Amino acid sequence: MKTTLDKVVIKFAGDSGDGMQLAGTLFTDTTANLGNQIATFPDYPSEIRAPQGTVAGVSGFQVHFGTAGVHSIGDAPDVLIAMNPAALKANLINLKSKCTIIVDGDSFSKKTIEKAGFETNPLEDGSLGDYQVIEAPVTSLTKTSIADLGLDNKSVIRCKNMFALGMVFWLFNEPLEQTIDFFNQKFGKKPLIAQANITVLKTGHNFAETIEAFTTSYVVPPAKKAPGTYRNITGNESTAWGLMAAAKKANRDLFLGTYPITPATDILHELTKHKWSGVKIFQAEDEIAGVCSAIGASFAGDLAVTTTSGPGMALKTEAIGLAIMAELPLVIVNVQRGGPSTGLPTKTEQSDLSQALFGRNGDSPAVVIAASSPASCFDWAFEACRIAVEHMTPVILLTESYIANGAEPWKVKLLDELKEICPNTCNNVEEWAPYKRNAETLARKWVTPGTPGYEHRIGGLEKEDETGNVSYMPLNHEKMIQLRDEKVAKVAVDIPLQRVKGKDANKLLVIGWGGQFGILFGAVNEMQQDGKNIAFTHFNYINPLPQNTKQVFEKFERIIVCELNNGQFANYLQAQFPEFKFERYNKMQGLPFQIKELKEQFNQLLED
Amino acid sequence: METETIQCALKPKEYGSDQEVKWCPGCGDYGVLSAVQKTLSELNIPKEDATFISGIGCSSRFPYYMGCYGFHTIHGRAAGIATGTKIANPNLSVWMASGDGDSLAIGGNHFIHAVRRNIDINLLLFNNEIYGLTKGQYSPTSEKGKVTKSSPHGTVEEPFNPGELALGANSQFFARVVDTDVKMMVEVFKQAEQHKGFAVVEILQNCVIFNDKTHGIITGKETKADHQLFLRHGEPMLFGAEKNKGIRLNGLRLEVVTLGENGITEADILVHDAENKDKTLQYMLTQLKHPDFPVALGVIRGATAVTYDDALHAQRDDEMANSKFASLDDLFLSGNTFKVE
Repeated sequence: MKTTLDKVVIKFAGDSGDGMQLAGTLFTDTTANLGNQIATFPDYPSEIRAPQGTVAGVSGFQVHFGTAGVHSIGDAPDVLIAMNPAALKANLINLKSKCTIIVDGDSFSKKTIEKAGFETNPLEDGSLGDYQVIEAPVTSLTKTSIADLGLDNKSVIRCKNMFALGMVFWLFNEPLEQTIDFFNQKFGKKPLIAQANITVLKTGHNFAETIEAFTTSYVVPPAKKAPGTYRNITGNESTAWGLMAAAKKANRDLFLGTYPITPATDILHELTKHKWSGVKIFQAEDEIAGVCSAIGASFAGDLAVTTTSGPGMALKTEAIGLAIMAELPLVIVNVQRGGPSTGLPTKTEQSDLSQALFGRNGDSPAVVIAASSPASCFDWAFEACRIAVEHMTPVILLTESYIANGAEPWKVKLLDELKEICPNTCNNVEEWAPYKRNAETLARKWVTPGTPGYEHRIGGLEKEDETGNVSYMPLNHEKMIQLRDEKVAKVAVDIPLQRVKGKDANKLLVIGWGGQFGILFGAVNEMQQDGKNIAFTHFNYINPLPQNTKQVFEKFERIIVCELNNGQFANYLQAQFPEFKFERYNKMQGLPFQIKELKEQFNQLLED
Repeated sequence: METETIQCALKPKEYGSDQEVKWCPGCGDYGVLSAVQKTLSELNIPKEDATFISGIGCSSRFPYYMGCYGFHTIHGRAAGIATGTKIANPNLSVWMASGDGDSLAIGGNHFIHAVRRNIDINLLLFNNEIYGLTKGQYSPTSEKGKVTKSSPHGTVEEPFNPGELALGANSQFFARVVDTDVKMMVEVFKQAEQHKGFAVVEILQNCVIFNDKTHGIITGKETKADHQLFLRHGEPMLFGAEKNKGIRLNGLRLEVVTLGENGITEADILVHDAENKDKTLQYMLTQLKHPDFPVALGVIRGATAVTYDDALHAQRDDEMANSKFASLDDLFLSGNTFKVE
């Protein structure tokens, strides 16, 4: 029997050495190719190998796929794969009733059950009564199925994840071919390893088909999508690709100066693969040298980028001030994680907003924008570069762990489909002065060392208007502060107006920003379908705000700002628009929003 | 080094800027500025290609007084910025102007890593053993016990010797000059510029206000002959007004000997080998100091090694020539994609 579903959430969970990320990724690749809407998120401990069998060491990968309505990774799994008692324990706090749980029965011993923090065996004590539990002998069948290959025990055990994946593929009627191709390609030189993984994958698939524990399997029909070529992409990958595309459209070399930091490092990993496209990569000795090298490269004419997360951002602060004073294009990507200090390195948060807006000495405005989703990181990275280069300013792009590591299908954009980026250069030495500005944008000209006739000096000391010579004159300083401020404010002319989902609503406006877009959109969408008087507006341009922001707010009786921090965007809006009251829904658990909790909150506000 | 007749396109002064030089009268930096302009002129470096990048401190005002491209940055970070500039445009002649505080205290980390990477930049390291711009605190090169505004009871910490530090970080080029000798500076700056790699030139520079004559014994008219050991590759290590004193290797240590005394002849005197890849002897030379020894000046180490910028660009060029992708479009459409009609 096959049942049709419109969307499903699956979570693969196991020990951090159990290969859950790979199993999840392979499932995602096949599912994406079948044309489903998809959103994924890996959830892993910051320790490389936390103690085996403990809740702290559980690594998870959640995938939400469906025909329609997939705007987030989903609140809670419909199917949980738990490779050991700890993985079960870690996920019990967030399960839907009637959820299907597939466990490796072999992994449940007195010792492992205790290590996971269970007092009694949950498979036997009736505590899982709400769920459909499938106990599969994953470890023993994995061993038996490839016993004749002569592999060492470690290599055999490492195939367990494929047993689980095979079962899941059966459950959702998905083909094995793409995964088989993956192993044949990846282990071309180690055919035994490829064969072992493929055999176990098929064994898991056959097991699921043969046992009668599953009363039904499921089919999730493909989504209706705009025509085009799609590929599954993570936020960090699409950020890297957006930067590369921008460099091509600006006709500049891309320079990345950076220092590894979770969860931003994958941007470095991705860009360093693509030196063929002209990228210059400098892995610096620290965060400060990372941003400084980017400023130096920008001075010399490259499209310069530095990537980091909150703690690294703190170290780059002084240098960003220099780029503001020198009025050089610079893109700073902050993939936010939980703070303050070292905080929660692998967990998501939106708590670096105030830092991006205000975290520098002096009056030092920078453009701040934020990406919405994994695939949209491409567009926002591109946009950050465009604004930086055309307006001669540092641009801070905020993404967050949730979308940086999460993945979804991206409709491929070819270079011809992208805007041109026009560097603000100068071809007439007669009209040239280092701080002479474009009348519309107030951007100064970008002329780089090696160009004869334009030799000039810039620096961190206050500049005299136009000439750029050092000046401590009182009125000049005030004028320059205003000019730098106005220059950033004028970016508002060059960005789209703020849009609202729910034109007829006037009661409750939900405001979001950055990477929580999908979940907020999904929650409001469901409520609108239920006929509720609710609308949604999502901010990607934070500084400056779109020009019609006030008009958007005016229509509504109540406004609530939802963010993963203690109210930073709400505070910012409240300061700019004191005439409105901004209510807050803040979550600070290192986790994304859930549609369920949002709807409860919004419904309450509508009923008050 | 023989002096050649050089056709200079620009005179030294033409490398200057229209900005008034604001160092204190008598500051050693004036001599350095003049020597750098002479160096660029003699090497015929196009004005637009010479790029001066500095941190914070008196000496870091240097770029404003040059008519070339310049960037006066933030404290300690000139090395990071210069590195980005050089990688972005390897054709530039990139110079850093930085002091003992800027490069060895707040920028110490960047200093050792720039040295280690061997990126092709010339560092003019102005060492006056004091913080001048902040008006007289001790620096990481101030001698132990030094009384300054921030150490009224004398410092209790050991100073860095920039030469030891540079060679310890595997420097391929380390030289030392005095700010009183423009001819010496020009000779050494030219070698620094022609050296491919990170060239550290420590300038024993006088702060006339807060640390006057700290290098006085080395630069003084009366004393300099006995306290300066100017080294040239391939020449014997002789010094003194009569050039009759020399450096000899005795076991594992250096000693000063006098020609004609105790049967010493020129054959006993060490011949300087700046190009030797083995740093041992060069390292010992960086340590020579008053009162037992003259101070070693000139190019103490000038060895050849692959530069960071060359290696980075070679790798990139190779990737660009041998890529399986012709364009980003190829990359975007590669691998696991699926079509929706």
